[in-house]
Amino acid sequence: MAQYRCNLGGELFRFDSLGEVMAKATPGRSGDALAGLIAGSDVERVAAQMVLADLPLKDFLSQALVPYETDEVTRLIMDSHDTAAFAPVSHMTVGQFRDWLLSDKATAPVLKSLAPGLTPEMVAAVSKLMRNRDLIAVARKIDVVTGFRSTLGLPGRIGSRLQPNHPADDLKGIVASTLDGLSYAVGDAVIGINPATDNIPTAMSLLSMLDELIARYEIPTQSCVLTHVTNSIEIMNRGAPLDLVFQSVAGTQAANDGFGVTLSMLKEAHEAALSLNRGTVGNNVMYFETGQGSALSAEAHHGIDQQTLEVRAYAVCRAFDPLIVNTVVGFIGPEYLYDGKEIIRAGLEDVFCGKLLGLPMGCDVCYTNHAEADQNDMDVLMTLLADARAHFLIAVPGADDIMLNYQSLSFHDLAYLRNSFGLKAAPEFETWLEGMGLINDHGHLIDSGQGAQRLLEAAS
Amino acid sequence: MSDIAKDPWAKLRAATPARIGLGRSGAGLPTSDNLDFQFAHARARDAVHSALDVAALEQQLAGHEVIHVTSAAPDRASYLRRPDLGRRLGAGEAAKLPTQPCDLMFVIADGLSSAAVQTHAAAVIAAALAKLAGLAIGPVVIATQARVAIGDEIGQAIRARLTVLLVGERPGLTVADSLGAYLTYGPEPGIKDSARNCLSNIHAKGGMSYDLAAEKIAWLTRAALRMELTGTGLKEEADPAEIPDASDATQALNTPQT
Repeated sequence: MAQYRCNLGGELFRFDSLGEVMAKATPGRSGDALAGLIAGSDVERVAAQMVLADLPLKDFLSQALVPYETDEVTRLIMDSHDTAAFAPVSHMTVGQFRDWLLSDKATAPVLKSLAPGLTPEMVAAVSKLMRNRDLIAVARKIDVVTGFRSTLGLPGRIGSRLQPNHPADDLKGIVASTLDGLSYAVGDAVIGINPATDNIPTAMSLLSMLDELIARYEIPTQSCVLTHVTNSIEIMNRGAPLDLVFQSVAGTQAANDGFGVTLSMLKEAHEAALSLNRGTVGNNVMYFETGQGSALSAEAHHGIDQQTLEVRAYAVCRAFDPLIVNTVVGFIGPEYLYDGKEIIRAGLEDVFCGKLLGLPMGCDVCYTNHAEADQNDMDVLMTLLADARAHFLIAVPGADDIMLNYQSLSFHDLAYLRNSFGLKAAPEFETWLEGMGLINDHGHLIDSGQGAQRLLEAAS
Repeated sequence: MSDIAKDPWAKLRAATPARIGLGRSGAGLPTSDNLDFQFAHARARDAVHSALDVAALEQQLAGHEVIHVTSAAPDRASYLRRPDLGRRLGAGEAAKLPTQPCDLMFVIADGLSSAAVQTHAAAVIAAALAKLAGLAIGPVVIATQARVAIGDEIGQAIRARLTVLLVGERPGLTVADSLGAYLTYGPEPGIKDSARNCLSNIHAKGGMSYDLAAEKIAWLTRAALRMELTGTGLKEEADPAEIPDASDATQALNTPQT
């Protein structure tokens, strides 16, 4: 067994495995403590970070943290690694890689061509050596552009998912929330519903309603009902108007088993959705959700820390050219991310790691009522994520999701990011908003309410 | 009209309990809506963090044999961070539980909302017992800093054939005192959640009424004792009127709440 050692302040620290170094180098969070993987002291954490900083990036290609033989996510990572793309950084240690990422040598085009050469474990490792500002500074440099009926990820813009959930899937109620969101210029990334009743007939009626609404207003956006991938396959077979295939994914095969999903299912769904040709400006047809702690929650973590496993989930996502990937950062509860500080750190890590791997990474900036967090923490995280150029953020009416019983951002918060920082919606969507009289040429909401009135009249 | 941009859709509010049509102050929430939200969140947090008034609950349960035990979680902060501790009895607590073989027993766990337990638990037990004549009923055990699985250790110690555990559910902004009920046949530590039957959303704000909850508990109890099981095997025969549980509809991620 490999031995990693660090003599720090007269004390010798030993780590028995690469997984242990990774876990103990991770900034503290409740989920790693729950799993018994967290550093025993702050000094031990720094010792692990020092060991990690001196490890060659190449080591991650020869040492699998989760066994290759028994885990299809590991096989996907190893088998799809692009050696040529990796070459520019192949001689570096993790610490040198951090320095290089922060340097002016790591430009947007350089980072884009590097992405296929990076494995999730390398990216997770370097993130553990980075402060929040480092994560933002590098994430901000990375361009990821995707498209379906709108083009997402362009400089100076931030997308949004309009989430109009209703506890009884009531169509009128969902329309009401959708129109409310559109009036706040929200919804260019997707209008996406979490169904309260997760079955095929419900999903089909919701999809038909959204399809009709998008067609009537000629909105350059896409819809999604967040139902299981096998339901989406069946829905496509039955000919319902499905734009995007949704699936929650995790970083180990065992955790994905818990979600009832395999890579071959995702491949089948991806191909089916591509064949529908429903996009106009692009053909990214997948929507994935992830979140730190899902593998531990499914008792499928293999002794690996939750942040590293989260980044492994991104390897699953990137195999299917998604339109959007969303880390549901504070949803899973305080036993995984205890408070605002941990949630903010995790949100920044996830967006940095996802973008570095080339993903259209967004975030559900959110928390539950038993977490030590409130809307002030969400204000901080959304502002930082806008700075980090997150692909999109999620918003619900008044920050209160009445179906899933947690708090996300409000439609107002997207308006804040547009007004205060000049960030715009997707260009196609922006043109539509202007045409509807909802925003002015600065992208700000128009106070008169006439645009909103027009939306309402067309609905009735 | 003030600076607040008027929202023309306020009338659509009737279609959904969502916070639509709030209007805005610039890009911000109007002061009154912001304060409404703060109030709802404060109430939900208080429900999570307030300690259960055990003495008051015991008074509500007057006439029953009541035993109070604590979990292995020493305080609320540990309870929230360490779900495993909330699922086990604290050191020495098992000694408070006398062997008393019975058909069923009620366990009251504070869970994530002491308010739910304080408000609804005694009433649900009274309503259920009225429909459970002829069965041998064990003592009522109140467990604090407790999650659902603590009932397994308790039921095993008492030797109850079935536990009916009432627990405070994770508070939402609209309802902070929602009660859940978990029925577990043959309770013993290590039992899987799929081997339980669950009712949820028992509360007074449009949730399941005490009478309906009692009816379902009684139906499930008699069916469980007859079939000698709970969980997925029993659920398939459950009353089709069973109300779907919004708080459990977390298809985004599997959030453990118990």
